[in-house]
Amino acid sequence: MDIVVLVKQVPDTESMVQIAGDGVSIKKDDIKWVMNPYDELAVEEALRIKEAKGGAVTVLCVGGQKAQETIRTALAMGADKGLLVNDPKAEGGDALATAKILAAALKNQPFQLIIAGQRAVDEDNYQVGAAVAELLGIPHISLVVKAELLDGKIRCHRVVEGGTVVVEAPLPALFTTQRGLNDPRYASLPGIMKAKKKPLEVKTLADLGIDPAAVGAAGRKVVVKALRLPPQRKAVRMITGETPQAAAAELVRVLHDEAKLI
Amino acid sequence: MAQGVMAITEQRDGKFRKVSYEVVSEGRRMADGLGCPLTAVVLGAGVDALAGEIKKFGPDKIVALDDPALADYRTDAYTNALAALIKAADPAVIITGASVQGKDLSARLAARLDAGLAMDCTAVALQNGVLTCTRPIFGGKIFADVQIQGSPQIIVVRPNVMAIAETPKESALEKPAPQLGEVKTVVVEKLMDTGSKVELTEAAVIVSGGRGTGGNFQPIEELAAALGGAVGASRSAVDEGWRKHADQVGQTGKVVSPALYIACGISGAIQHLAGMSTSKMIVAINKDPEAPIFSKADFGVAGDIFQLLPAITEAVKKLKS
Repeated sequence: MDIVVLVKQVPDTESMVQIAGDGVSIKKDDIKWVMNPYDELAVEEALRIKEAKGGAVTVLCVGGQKAQETIRTALAMGADKGLLVNDPKAEGGDALATAKILAAALKNQPFQLIIAGQRAVDEDNYQVGAAVAELLGIPHISLVVKAELLDGKIRCHRVVEGGTVVVEAPLPALFTTQRGLNDPRYASLPGIMKAKKKPLEVKTLADLGIDPAAVGAAGRKVVVKALRLPPQRKAVRMITGETPQAAAAELVRVLHDEAKLI
Repeated sequence: MAQGVMAITEQRDGKFRKVSYEVVSEGRRMADGLGCPLTAVVLGAGVDALAGEIKKFGPDKIVALDDPALADYRTDAYTNALAALIKAADPAVIITGASVQGKDLSARLAARLDAGLAMDCTAVALQNGVLTCTRPIFGGKIFADVQIQGSPQIIVVRPNVMAIAETPKESALEKPAPQLGEVKTVVVEKLMDTGSKVELTEAAVIVSGGRGTGGNFQPIEELAAALGGAVGASRSAVDEGWRKHADQVGQTGKVVSPALYIACGISGAIQHLAGMSTSKMIVAINKDPEAPIFSKADFGVAGDIFQLLPAITEAVKKLKS
C-alpha cells in the first residue's frame, strides 16, 4: 500500500513565541523547530500499516530549506522517501492555500491512503487535512484514535465530544490523527544513518504547475491584520489561611462573593 | 451579490448542542450590525420541532435540511447538503461552532466553496462593515486579528465564548429537499460515554490535575462534581497514564475557555498554559509558591492539594446546600 504522510515543521510547544517587527508574523530565529506533534502520530501510524501490509511511505511537506530536517526525522523513523515543496512563493499561505499546494503535489503521487495531523500546533487551523481530501475528491475522517484497514476501505474510531464514533470510508481516503492513536517511535541511530541516503526530492511551484497567485501569501483569503499578545491578567492574588480549611473557606468565599462564579 | 448571515447549528440525537445557541446569538448580532437578515440552518432527520426551538435566538428564517441520511453527522453528506444550500442562498457570512463537528465540516466546506475560513475565533468585531476575527494561535500564546476576503466569509467560533442572547422572533421555516450528492462514508457504530460527564470544551468549570496529584485524581473528581464541572489533566498526567488523552488540556490537547479553571498540582508548562489561558477566571493550587502557574492565575493558594481540595469541596457543598 502506498501511504503519503503530510508533515509540517512548527516551533516546539515548549518555546516562547515572539511577534516580529512587522506585527503580522513571528520571530523565526532562536526557536527550536520540530515536527508537528500530531504529524509524528501520522508517521508512526503509516509505518505500522507498512510493517503489517507492506508498501511504501512518502512524507510530503511544504516549507523552507529548514523543513528538510523534519522530513529527515520521518525518514529516520522509517519512512521511505520525502518530497518537499520549497518555493518562496509557497510561503505565508493560509490553510487553504497550503492545501492547494499539497493537493497538487499529490496528483503526481501514487497513494491509497493519506495521513495528516488533525492540526498544526502553530496556526491551529484544523483545516489542511480536510481541505486536501476535498481538493482530491476523496473522503476524509478526522481525529482518529484507531484505524483498521479492511478490504478496500478503512474503518476509523474518531473522537467526538462525549464518546467515539466508528466511521468507514472507501479507499483512497485521508484521515487525521488524534492523541491516543499510537506512541510514536524515536528514530534509532541506524535509522538516522539510513535516512541520510533516502531520497528527498525538492520541488517548486512551477515543477507542480501551480499558479503562484493562487497560493502562498498572494493566495491568502484569511489576511492577518495584526498579531498581539493575549491580554495580561492582573497579578495573582494569593489566598492564605491559618489552616488549609481556612484558606479553602476564603477561596470559596472570594469565588462566590467577589467573582460570583460559584 | 452575496448577502446575509447564515448560522449553521449542531444537533446530536435530536438535541441542540449549546454552541448552536452561541452561533445563532452571535449571528444575530452580526446581522444586526451589517443590517442584513440571519438564516439559521438545522440539519438532521426529523428536526421540525427542534428547528422551532431556535426561534428563541432571533433568526429571520430557519432552514431545516431534513433527511434520514443526515441523522448522524457525516462529513460528506453534510458538506454536500450545505454546499448546495449555500450556493443557492449566497450568504456573505457563515458562522458555526468550533466543535469537533463544526471544525471538520467547516474545513471541508471552505475547500469546496474556495472560501476563507477563520477557525476557532474568540471574538468578532464589526467596524465600517468589515468583520475582524480574533483567533488564538500557538495554542493561545498569541492572538491574531484576521479579516477574510471574498465571500462567503466562514467564521468558526470557539464553544463557550460567544454570549447567548434570547431575542425571540416568529421566524419562517423552510424545508428544501437536501441535495445529498454522493456519500461515501458510513457511520458503523457510536460508542458514547455513559453517565452525565461534562465535556471539557463545553464546561463552565474545569478542575484540572497535574503531576502534583501523583496519579490520585479523587479529590479533583470530587471538587469537579461539587461544582458541576469537568475534570482536565496536564500533559504529564496523561503521559503518566493517570488520565485519558481526551482529558488533556494544552497546546497538544484541548484548548478550553471555561468561566472558572482550577489548576491543581500543575506547575504551568508553557504548553499547558497555552491551552487554558483564555479561561475567564483561573485559580491555581500548588505546593510550590514559585510555580509558573501562579503567574497566569487570578487567585492562588500555595499548599498541599490533598489537604486543600477536600476542604474546598466541603466549603462548596456547604455553600450550595
